[in-house]
Amino acid sequence: MTSRLPEPFGALIDRSKPVSFSFEGRNVQGFKGDTIASALLANGVTMLSRSFKYHRPRGPLTMAGHDGNTLVQIGSEPNRQADRVPITSGLKVTGINYWGSLEHDRFALLGKVDRFLPVGFYYKAFYKPRWMWPYWEKLIRRVAGLGVVDLHSHHGYFDKEYLFCDVMVVGGGPAGLESALAASDAGGEVILVDENRMLGGSLNYARFDAAGERAKIERARLVAAVEARSNIRVMTETICNGAYSDNWYPLVRGNRLYKLRAGETVIAVGSYEQPLIFRNNDVPGVMLGSAVQRLIRLYGVKPGSRAVVAAANDDAYGVALDLLDAGIEVACVTDLRSDPPSAPLADAVLKKRVPVVAGSTIYEVESGSEGRGVRAVRLAKVTSEGQAAAKGDSFACDLVAVSTGYAPMAPLISQSGGTFAYDAASSMLAICSLPDHVIAAGSLNGAYALDATLEDGRRAGFEATRNSQPASAAVPTVRADKGAAGITYPFPIFSHPRGKDFVDLDEDVQVKDLEHAMLEGYEHIELLKRFTTNGMGPSQGRNSSMPAVRLAARTLKQSIDATGTTTSRPPVMQVKMGHLAGRSFEPVRYTAMHFRHLEAGAKMMSAGLWMRPEFYGDHARRAELIRAEAKNVRENVGMIDVSTLGGLDVRGPDAAEFLNRMYTFAYTKQPVGRSRYVLMTDQAGVITDDGVACRFHDDWFYVTATTSGVDAVYRQMLWYNAQWRLKVDITNVTAAYAGVNVAGPNARAVLQKICTDADLSKEAFPYMGVREATVAGIRSLLLRVGFVGELGYEVHVPASEGEALWDALMEAGKESGIRPFGVEAQRVLRLEKGHIIVSQDTDGLTNPLEADMAWAIAKTKPFFVGMRSIEIQSKQPLTRKLVGFEITDRTQPMPKECHLVVRGREITGRVTSITDSPAVGKIIGLAYVALDQSEPGKTFEIKVDGGKLVSAVVVKLPFYDPDSKRQEL
Amino acid sequence: MAFGLIKYGLSPSYPGKRFLSRQPELKSSYDVVIIGGGGHGLACAYYLAKNHGVKNVAVLEKGYIGGGNTGRNTAIIRSNYLTPEGVAFYDESVRLFQGLSEDLDFNILYTERGHFTLAHTDAAMRTSRWRAEVNKHLGVNSEVVDREDLRKLVPCMNLSEDVRHPVLGALYHPPGSIARHDAVAWGYAGRAAELGVEIHQGTEVTGLEIEGGRITGVVTNRGHVGCGKAMQAVAGLSGVMAAKAGFKLPIRTVPLQACVSMPLKPFLDPIIVSGSLHIYISQGSRGELVMGGSTDPYPRYQTRSTLDFMEGLMAHILELFPFLADVPVLRQWAGMTDMTPDFSPVMGETPVKNYYIDSGWGTWGFKATPVCGKRMAETIATARVPELLQPFRLSRFEEYHLVGEKGAASVGH
Repeated sequence: MTSRLPEPFGALIDRSKPVSFSFEGRNVQGFKGDTIASALLANGVTMLSRSFKYHRPRGPLTMAGHDGNTLVQIGSEPNRQADRVPITSGLKVTGINYWGSLEHDRFALLGKVDRFLPVGFYYKAFYKPRWMWPYWEKLIRRVAGLGVVDLHSHHGYFDKEYLFCDVMVVGGGPAGLESALAASDAGGEVILVDENRMLGGSLNYARFDAAGERAKIERARLVAAVEARSNIRVMTETICNGAYSDNWYPLVRGNRLYKLRAGETVIAVGSYEQPLIFRNNDVPGVMLGSAVQRLIRLYGVKPGSRAVVAAANDDAYGVALDLLDAGIEVACVTDLRSDPPSAPLADAVLKKRVPVVAGSTIYEVESGSEGRGVRAVRLAKVTSEGQAAAKGDSFACDLVAVSTGYAPMAPLISQSGGTFAYDAASSMLAICSLPDHVIAAGSLNGAYALDATLEDGRRAGFEATRNSQPASAAVPTVRADKGAAGITYPFPIFSHPRGKDFVDLDEDVQVKDLEHAMLEGYEHIELLKRFTTNGMGPSQGRNSSMPAVRLAARTLKQSIDATGTTTSRPPVMQVKMGHLAGRSFEPVRYTAMHFRHLEAGAKMMSAGLWMRPEFYGDHARRAELIRAEAKNVRENVGMIDVSTLGGLDVRGPDAAEFLNRMYTFAYTKQPVGRSRYVLMTDQAGVITDDGVACRFHDDWFYVTATTSGVDAVYRQMLWYNAQWRLKVDITNVTAAYAGVNVAGPNARAVLQKICTDADLSKEAFPYMGVREATVAGIRSLLLRVGFVGELGYEVHVPASEGEALWDALMEAGKESGIRPFGVEAQRVLRLEKGHIIVSQDTDGLTNPLEADMAWAIAKTKPFFVGMRSIEIQSKQPLTRKLVGFEITDRTQPMPKECHLVVRGREITGRVTSITDSPAVGKIIGLAYVALDQSEPGKTFEIKVDGGKLVSAVVVKLPFYDPDSKRQEL
Repeated sequence: MAFGLIKYGLSPSYPGKRFLSRQPELKSSYDVVIIGGGGHGLACAYYLAKNHGVKNVAVLEKGYIGGGNTGRNTAIIRSNYLTPEGVAFYDESVRLFQGLSEDLDFNILYTERGHFTLAHTDAAMRTSRWRAEVNKHLGVNSEVVDREDLRKLVPCMNLSEDVRHPVLGALYHPPGSIARHDAVAWGYAGRAAELGVEIHQGTEVTGLEIEGGRITGVVTNRGHVGCGKAMQAVAGLSGVMAAKAGFKLPIRTVPLQACVSMPLKPFLDPIIVSGSLHIYISQGSRGELVMGGSTDPYPRYQTRSTLDFMEGLMAHILELFPFLADVPVLRQWAGMTDMTPDFSPVMGETPVKNYYIDSGWGTWGFKATPVCGKRMAETIATARVPELLQPFRLSRFEEYHLVGEKGAASVGH
């Protein structure tokens, strides 16, 4: 069966291009330009979904993506809107949320027992006895939920683009088009955004005059003018999906999210037509008048053969005229107003001898079997607000079109900070205030009469460009009567003793549910929403929010403004997670020598944003290889890529003073050519980072920081110096340098081979010395440091030379048997020397006293960050201390890092580092222990896996080379 | 059909009971005034009346009950903290939650789902082990699991190594749960009101009356109210209220955002958290994915949504669950979190006599609702701070006796 109307109906479809797709396994044919919903309706399929709670049949309500009735599953995509998604060949569409089939849904039984499922029923039951709840919960979960996620679906391609313009106009209807033209007159860049495929908005489907000519003429004029402007960029099929903080507007189009910032924004998105509430107002075939018009005008679909129109404004009569034009019989127009005024469209309908019943509402829809379609409509006389008399006449029909009022499309205004207040004259919310740089136009701004809408658009476009207009230019005037009064019926809710009078179709909320909730005390509009879930569903209250407010205001005998509305939150329309995510853009940082590591078989590990070699070689031989790497450093010479270490250049006459304040040690008297340990604490005296400060000139320090800490250190330095205003420049040069640490007894011999202009002898270049020198022809910074406890040199070169340096060192060390070592071997080596790793051996509260690092605190300086806290704490007894320990009994299981130090029930500390030391030949580690456990020689117990206790002995640090002779060779 | 619903089907008139009066007249004074009608304030009122017989109590709420962070959080309940003090405290909360529906005669939809804190670095694996060890030592069920375990426990998660931040393992906390946050507030309000507590919505406390260093009353938009004792439980505005009482809190108030997807059929049972990726995600009973991330980068007293947050959150969620790319997001919102330096709350006495504080709840307040209510009620009724709360006293910041829970915060801050 097909019900297509001849041209010119169907402005969006191309009848020469049939498109086949499937719905619920059946083949359906539509035309290019159809949405899923329009193609289905054209084929006589009126049920698109089942409702959330009672599983009642549902069909399109708004045809604009503003309801939850059209949610379908498209292949692996859940919850897509059938009235917005265009059909494409081969599309596989199915219904959602049923048991059996969409046609025969066994869950529909729930509708029959609905009196046992009162509002908020799940709060009232299922919890006694307690053990039953998990079973109920599983059942409830299975019944709830809509579409299905395909766990194996492919993550499609999405991307992002930035956009900027002087004026963005959102909405390509009459007001938006006029705004864009007016703004374009001022010469700036204008972007005009519209969610539909065709510019024109309501001009494409609504009726403004009896002849039905006005819209066509205005549309042709406006669209031609806009298209002729070179400074207007038109973006159709683009949703402006929110007004975010920091002036960000996300525009969603296809698979792209545009992030737009505009100088001024004109919001001309229009209004939502609002439903009328009566019994069975959810049956497929009951639609908004604008939905009927969209079907007829845009898709050439004949939505029924005999219709009843519910009216409370002249627009409804436009719907009736459209129905007649489309060859659909209009059984009657039931006008809720007791005395409908004479108006052009109404008069034209009367002339066509359509019966008009004044002062009556639809009382109920009589539906076909199991609510599958409209069979007849029964009217009733309106007696007072929300009250209707006993049943009136019945009219057989298969279509109900409802045009009884509007509500402004508030989300973008509300999200940008604008406010609304109730306007009793029009029975609608009206804009009360707007933030700077946001301008509203058109019906959103209360301009409903077409001439007023056009004028208001021109006014808005002018205001958006006020600063580029001559001072003498007058703001375009808008007529006083904007046509908002009398088009929205003040109380469009007619409850029925037998219910099924749905306020929220998404959530199956009936009038009585709201009334009962208020009876229970959920009277605040937010409580009412949260308890009944009215407005919490997929359509986010577009159709249900205002009726609930009206109902609450009446029940509670208070004004609409006192009742308030619920908060509008982004996104405006549903948006895919993929759109927001975009392409992954989180770069991995490789050092200059990264590929040399891979060639050498390194197993890489992440270190902050960087990748570092964990060790080199076969994964199966991990432990053995790490030991061998460490041994080679102790006995021969090894080299490690230290490029990821933070590097900060601190330059200026106050450089030493600056470091003196940032770090705990003293730097003002540090000689040029020497390095000193740096330890950073925060205001609470907690250790946050460490490294060395190398003084290359009086006013130049090169300061290292930890790989993961450098960004925070840099931020802190800038933050403090913004207050101190010392004469220093601070630059994060981490990625500018590549670095290699050559360590081991043979390090000097290897390095001297390729270091041509510096004497590396102990006398000329002692431990903790720093030099500028040439290594392998590359200007380098040389640092004699001893993290691993052997004779060692860190060579820092421009990152671009990192690979060359690496190659030169490997070549120079070939004879000696140099080999690269990874992070794991370095951890073993430093632990043997008792050096801490900040954040592994310290935690969020560790102060230098607990870490046994009082030696790193200068006693005589006036200030450093954290000094006050450390002084206070130094006067209190320590509660814990970081100590070295060893485990000699090898029959015991080896503890792991973060196993606890316990004393009965008490936790006195934890192991922070542990290793089976090749050089010491014992299991050694660092641990926090209670103060009375911290003296060398004391034993304490570590609770290992399985709860077993392992005994450890406190020993003096370092474990290896106690006099530190080796690093000073 | 559950028995509790039968009366609704058979009764000729609606049998639901009113749980909240419209707006009763304010009395001239109360024994206890609780400032803030969120979950915490209401719970405290309930336990004051129920456990201590203190019934001349008024809860003053400037908006509607549960409208602050109680109604904005992502409703995760767990006790896998890092410090012994924290674990003991939150463990008592979990135990109270487990029997709360029966206690309140109101189904708060408390459901055990299991909670995974993913580790993507060896440092995070270490912290996981630390937490697991502390938890186990104190009798709380937590375990470190590796990638192979995760394949079985959360089969739909992307455990490939070929991603930006591969998952190495996780801290698994089987008692981790979710509940309906609003229901907790409503349940407490209903039972508290039944016991005689007055709940005043739309009643804003604009000033405090302090005489001789002692609270004597509060000034509201509806007039003056005298009180013997008072407690502030105003998350998001703790510092502002404390300033009215004349003392400072070491709190920065930072927005925290969250969002939900459209409802989906159940596919994800456990709660998944990643500190490195700054995300948490769970699927609620209605089928919506509830998702959150890290706090905003700077303090401010407002709840506007940012686009940055959504972009970052979604990028990371899709790394773990790439099949969600086509799932639509429905709504985004924000709350204001009171962040303390040590990521632990501030509870107990204040410099003002008889004026108590319940604050510093950062991103971890919902899960503490029952225990905090119960123990603060005990504090107020007996004028003695129970041992369980003592570590969280306000004076700890001067004494440098912090309760460091940063490592157990669900996401980075």
